[in-house]
Amino acid sequence: MKRFLEFLSPLLRVDAGADRVVPPSGFTVRLTVFTAAAMAFLTVFALALSLASGRLAQTWGDDLARSSTIRISAPAGQMAAQTEAALKVLTQTPGVESARALTTEEQKALLEPWFGPGLPIESLPVPQLIDVAETSEGFDSDGLRLRLQAEAPGAVLDEHNRWRRPLVAAAGRLKLLGWVSILLITATTAAMVTLAANASLAANAQVIEVLRLVGATDGYIASAFVRRYTVRVLTGAAVGTVAGLLAILLMPGSNDAGGFLTGLRFEGWHWFWPAFVPPLAAVVAFAATQGAARRVLGELA
Amino acid sequence: MIELNNVAYSYGGDALLNDITFSLAPGSFHFLTGPSGSGKTTFLKLCYGALLPTEGDIRIFDHSAKDMGRDAVAYARRRIGVVHQDCKFLDHLPLDENIALPLTVSGQATPDQVANLNELMSWVGLTGKGDALPPELSGGERQRAALARALIMSPDVILADEPTGNVDWEMSQRLLRLLIELNKMGKTVMIATHDLALIRAAKAQVSARVLRISNNALQSAGVDL
Ligand SMILES: Nc1ncnc2c1ncn2[C@@H]1O[C@H](COP(=O)(O)OP(=O)(O)OP(=O)(O)O)[C@@H](O)[C@H]1O
Ligand SMILES: [Mg+2]
Repeated sequence: MKRFLEFLSPLLRVDAGADRVVPPSGFTVRLTVFTAAAMAFLTVFALALSLASGRLAQTWGDDLARSSTIRISAPAGQMAAQTEAALKVLTQTPGVESARALTTEEQKALLEPWFGPGLPIESLPVPQLIDVAETSEGFDSDGLRLRLQAEAPGAVLDEHNRWRRPLVAAAGRLKLLGWVSILLITATTAAMVTLAANASLAANAQVIEVLRLVGATDGYIASAFVRRYTVRVLTGAAVGTVAGLLAILLMPGSNDAGGFLTGLRFEGWHWFWPAFVPPLAAVVAFAATQGAARRVLGELA
Repeated sequence: MIELNNVAYSYGGDALLNDITFSLAPGSFHFLTGPSGSGKTTFLKLCYGALLPTEGDIRIFDHSAKDMGRDAVAYARRRIGVVHQDCKFLDHLPLDENIALPLTVSGQATPDQVANLNELMSWVGLTGKGDALPPELSGGERQRAALARALIMSPDVILADEPTGNVDWEMSQRLLRLLIELNKMGKTVMIATHDLALIRAAKAQVSARVLRISNNALQSAGVDL
């Protein structure tokens, strides 16, 4: 950041001479500032989207993926034996941290929301549930399934992350899309500045001719345009970033009910990310105008 | 200072200038005449590196024009004051800033130079016009402003294309005297003009050589004036 400011300082220096040699052009100024603001606003949202889906993918992937359930459906007589066999298989399976058969009370509690209290669970063919916690490496679920089939044919391995996996993938994809959007916005900004600078350079062919006649170098002429566009884009992007941040601030904070949508706000140090948007825009404008100026000045030679 | 060796130039068709060999000696005073369309402006443009010869070689301050990059040409221009025939300015800047433009672009604008500027403006009769925008000026005023702009850097060489084309006789005498003074201070001067009376007036005050472009060639037209 400090190096960046050092790089910017010659651009921001008040050097009336160099800036005044290019005639002011009110309308395109406002268009450039507006576009830069809009692009910065969009970038802040893309950032929020990307960071939020990144967080989501992480949480879902992390805490939830570590537990699975084994469900044993067997005739009442074999239930205890199969549960015993399944637990034994589990203790021998690498990657299983712990496995525990749910007690009748716990199963009752799970079913209560659906069937109401006082369910005579003992007399119903309710499957026995085994809660399995994984180590961080995880177990080989196909291998486990095969062994369960042999030892406890009534056991069904139910991995929660089977349904969660596509969601984690989607969140990861969303995060990627956010970054791709930021790249596209950056490229669009570069294209926009190039177009504006090209038009401005072409419109000022006589100015360039006069400057050359009195001994101005290409670098001097280019910097007059470059500085102007860099400052405009920096200004616009700063306004757009602040507006984007305000819009995100106005979104409700994350809570359990809202899930993803309310999690769109930045969290912690992520709030600092948008601070990079205006400098990034300025760098893009600088490079784009520099390129356009070099090209046009070469053609006008 | 500026040397042309067997230079030819064409804008695409037949050669406009052919086999020109000429050396602009330091401290010399030259007039360049010739019919309209004969190539006087073109000759001057070759001399300050705005055009490259199609044949032959031009050396500007001992550098071959062909090998000079655009930056080298820009630096050479700071030592060559050019008055264009069609005086172009930055129309959005007031006259005094236009005249000081060579100082601005070379990063030499200092308070000293501002005093210099006022003196120069009074010499060319533009006192009080400093705040005017170029499009508000008469043709003659623009011409004098262009001359002032060419002189502000105190260049070694002054190339003036019809500097007196739009001004009355008295003003043209005044401008001529300014150029002669500068020549006496050691500046090299070349003036392209149709105005034979001006040339005669000058020859009474300074040892000026007269060159003439005709039939695509450069000739000396010293005595017959
Ligand atoms: N950029 C150009 N492209 C093509 N032809 C040109 C160009 N500039 C000048 N010419 C042609 O070259 C010839 C010489 O032009 P130049 O301006 O050098 O003449 P000049 O001697 O300065 O004339 P004048 O006395 O009218 O100023 C003219 O016939 C003109 O039409
Ligand atoms: Mg001419």
